[in-house]
Amino acid sequence: MSEQLRSFFGCGLDDDRTFDLNDYGDSIPRWCVGCGDHGVLSAVKRMMRDQRLLPERTVFVSGIGCSSRFPHYLDTYGFHGIHGRALPIATGVKLSRPDLDVFVVTGDGDCCSIGAGHWLHATRYNIDMTVLLLDNAIYGLTKNQTSPTTPEGFETNTQPHGTYLPALNPLSTALGVTNASFVAQTADWVPAHLLATLKAAYEHVGFSFVRILQRCPKFSAPVFSEQARTPDLHELLFHSDGITVPSLDKIYKHRLEHDPSDLDRARSLAEDTERTRLGIFFKDATRPCYNAIRHLPTYTAAQNIERLNRELDRYAV
Amino acid sequence: MSPSSAATVTRIATDSGPGSAPKNVLHLDEHTLEIVSDSGEGAQKCGQIFASVSAKMNYGVWTVEIIPAEIEPPARTAAGASGNLIRFGRDKVTNWGDETNLVVAFNEQVLLARHRLDALSDDCIILIESKWAEDPDAEIRQEWQDAMEEISDRNYRVIPVPMEEQCLTRVDNPRKGKNMFALGLLAQIYGYDVEKISEQIRAQFAKKPPEVSKANVDLLELGVHWAQENLDLRIEVPRIETDEKRVVMNGNQAAALGAIASGMEFCAMYPITPATSVSQYLCDVFERYGGTMHQAEDEIAAAGAAIGASYAGKVALTVTSGPGLALKTEFIALAVMTEIPLVVLDVQRGGPSTGLPTKVEQSDLLAALFSQPGDAPRVVMAPATIEECFHSMVTARRIAKSFRCVVIVLTDANLASGQQQFQRPVLDERWHAAPANHRAVTSGERPYDWDPDTGLSRRIVPGQPGGMHTVTGLNHDHDSNVDYTPEINQLGCAMRSRKLAVLQQTMSPPPIHGDESGELLVVGWGSTKGAIEEAVDRVRAEGHAVSSTHLTFLSPMQPGLGEIFSRFEHVMTVELNYSDDPAAPYITPENRRLGQLAFLLRAQTLVDVDCWTRVPGQPLRPGHIADALRRKLSAASETEVRVNE
Repeated sequence: MSEQLRSFFGCGLDDDRTFDLNDYGDSIPRWCVGCGDHGVLSAVKRMMRDQRLLPERTVFVSGIGCSSRFPHYLDTYGFHGIHGRALPIATGVKLSRPDLDVFVVTGDGDCCSIGAGHWLHATRYNIDMTVLLLDNAIYGLTKNQTSPTTPEGFETNTQPHGTYLPALNPLSTALGVTNASFVAQTADWVPAHLLATLKAAYEHVGFSFVRILQRCPKFSAPVFSEQARTPDLHELLFHSDGITVPSLDKIYKHRLEHDPSDLDRARSLAEDTERTRLGIFFKDATRPCYNAIRHLPTYTAAQNIERLNRELDRYAV
Repeated sequence: MSPSSAATVTRIATDSGPGSAPKNVLHLDEHTLEIVSDSGEGAQKCGQIFASVSAKMNYGVWTVEIIPAEIEPPARTAAGASGNLIRFGRDKVTNWGDETNLVVAFNEQVLLARHRLDALSDDCIILIESKWAEDPDAEIRQEWQDAMEEISDRNYRVIPVPMEEQCLTRVDNPRKGKNMFALGLLAQIYGYDVEKISEQIRAQFAKKPPEVSKANVDLLELGVHWAQENLDLRIEVPRIETDEKRVVMNGNQAAALGAIASGMEFCAMYPITPATSVSQYLCDVFERYGGTMHQAEDEIAAAGAAIGASYAGKVALTVTSGPGLALKTEFIALAVMTEIPLVVLDVQRGGPSTGLPTKVEQSDLLAALFSQPGDAPRVVMAPATIEECFHSMVTARRIAKSFRCVVIVLTDANLASGQQQFQRPVLDERWHAAPANHRAVTSGERPYDWDPDTGLSRRIVPGQPGGMHTVTGLNHDHDSNVDYTPEINQLGCAMRSRKLAVLQQTMSPPPIHGDESGELLVVGWGSTKGAIEEAVDRVRAEGHAVSSTHLTFLSPMQPGLGEIFSRFEHVMTVELNYSDDPAAPYITPENRRLGQLAFLLRAQTLVDVDCWTRVPGQPLRPGHIADALRRKLSAASETEVRVNE
């Protein structure tokens, strides 16, 4: 949420409460041991603590899938909705309550398959919210079916002789949508980078889309296992206006300076999947935000009745 | 046969000198007229203005739009007939009646469309654009002659009017003005105050440059003048003066204004006929009241955004029609499960599938009640008049909020575009929700604190310190924690269902039109009320013990139905949806599929409810309903005779 809005709603900045991680939830998630979701949950809590988010003014909206259980493990407000439809719910929440910090947690099936239409339009609306795509390249909750991001040839229960088609590229897709304003990629196995990316996404005013590569030890372990072990397969995008995590420089040798305002380059970097690039691909805070454009004053019932009576005069017999 | 030789064609009266009083004055208690043109020639606008002025003159009014299914259907075709029917009279008018008494037609093909639908009375007066009779195109002249031949078996009084020729004396493009000339004809025929109509025209074109109003008023006056000079025809309908403050509007306008009056602050929609005009109106004015209109990317997202807004503390609305309702089903179940207030306005059209997009039907009743998998109880209500379209939105919001439930309001294409006047609503602050109060949640307060008797609970919304929880479409306990245990699932279902029973206990039995007991009770719902009651009155006047009742609530149903039904020998529904004809091949009492309300009433009351239903894509006619009631009565008495034998 922008500082202007915070002060408008009298929350956040002038609230000097501080929180510890447990204030954002201390229940034990029921994800599998080794699931990347655990790391994302920890990073999200740390980001909230660092940013001093007020639990009562924070809403996590999710769809259906392993990752969509996320809100249940947080002590903020949460809305665990229906498959693929977290974004429309979040749209309604933010449009009617701009004072709330809205997050969406979605998965590769939820966002890129059943909810793909909403994803495209939510990107274009550019409503101020942070969207975490927890991409494990498989349907986990329903047990091992091909998702749009499953690599070609990967054997699953629905495509047992190997996934038929090349995987959908969520970064290219998001970057192709008119009015996209923030597209980043990070991975559950690089916690420092994950935290820095979440922070940048939260601070960006607009629709912050973060694809988080996330391991599923049960069904898609081979997709990311070698990568997670091999820093050299990664390339960190850095820039004064992007993400810089100096502590990673020693391990992650491949680094590339990329100005996130360069959309053309962002698109070509996203298309080239030889290396797993982590960082902010694109960021533009000047893109119009639907919630800001549509923001309205509120009137009292008496004011509205007076106006409505004038409207009824037009129909008077 | 040439028009001049047709027995049905009246020569334009020229004997009663310019401006002289017509000799031929008809005094009638009511009259039904229609204006039909090709799409885009403005007959609808002409009809709307005539209806508004009629209402402002204190006539009782009911209008029905004649709408082609396409935006620009080919010119001069029966399928392209577009216009407006207006039934007006001294007393309150509640339906479109049986037939039209006067038509202004811009060509003979659109007239044929109305003739073939049997929409015109045998002595119907027809004012028709005369240019086609002498069109340079031989094919068109032939079509004119064929049409005159086709209608010659009726006693229509056909009056050719040189509309275009007259309009060309004032404007270059007669397509953009013939409608105002026609309005002038009507003003003169019915003796309307031309200044009142001019005022209405100026109001209609208020957003356009003043020249537009002036050009239209000129054409109106031209029509009046031409009729004075050339038409020996005057129809006088008496009217009763009243002091009651009234408004006139169509059902979609009434629903939109009702939504604002109810204090709703958020509406999400996706364009769909015939609901779009509700949304368009709200798009135009809702922001003035601090209300957000969100045009979503699809019907599903519209429901989702409304639920999101409602979850965040508002009571939100989503506006749709049948196919959209189908798409919203999963979200509606989510709102039921999470007990998030939601109002869904379904302006019904003909179905199934894309069906009859612009035409009326009452076929979404069972879908509104049952379209979700699992048990998803919700409130369903159906306004019967334009006035009820307004007030039902206020009621719907209050129920949705108080009962934390989904309320589906079923109107239809007939109510959507039909105009009627009604008592001006007295707006009330109590209709609005109290301003959001983000008080801290006290310890022990839970998101689903179901009262064990009523199932009611107070909702906790984001922003309230100490109330943090996650709502979920999964089965959940009082704390909104996911819970799969048998007891909690049974309890959650019972609590969500119990609320409907509690609501039902606050209702009164539906009033009876006619005697409290008798031989036959007719049960209806929605926009058919006026036609049913008129039919019942006619059959009662013939000495039959027939009454009717009309249900505003379909879920839960109003109390006392079983007791009311027990006072009548027979009960039948009259509905604008499909049921099998009992006399059709293969149809037996065992396999006959019934009207949707009949189906529900049988389940609810164990009474052998019969039905008469039709799906003509247009409103029911009181005459057709009366015939059905007579057939039911005579079939019933035959059965009794057989039993007695």
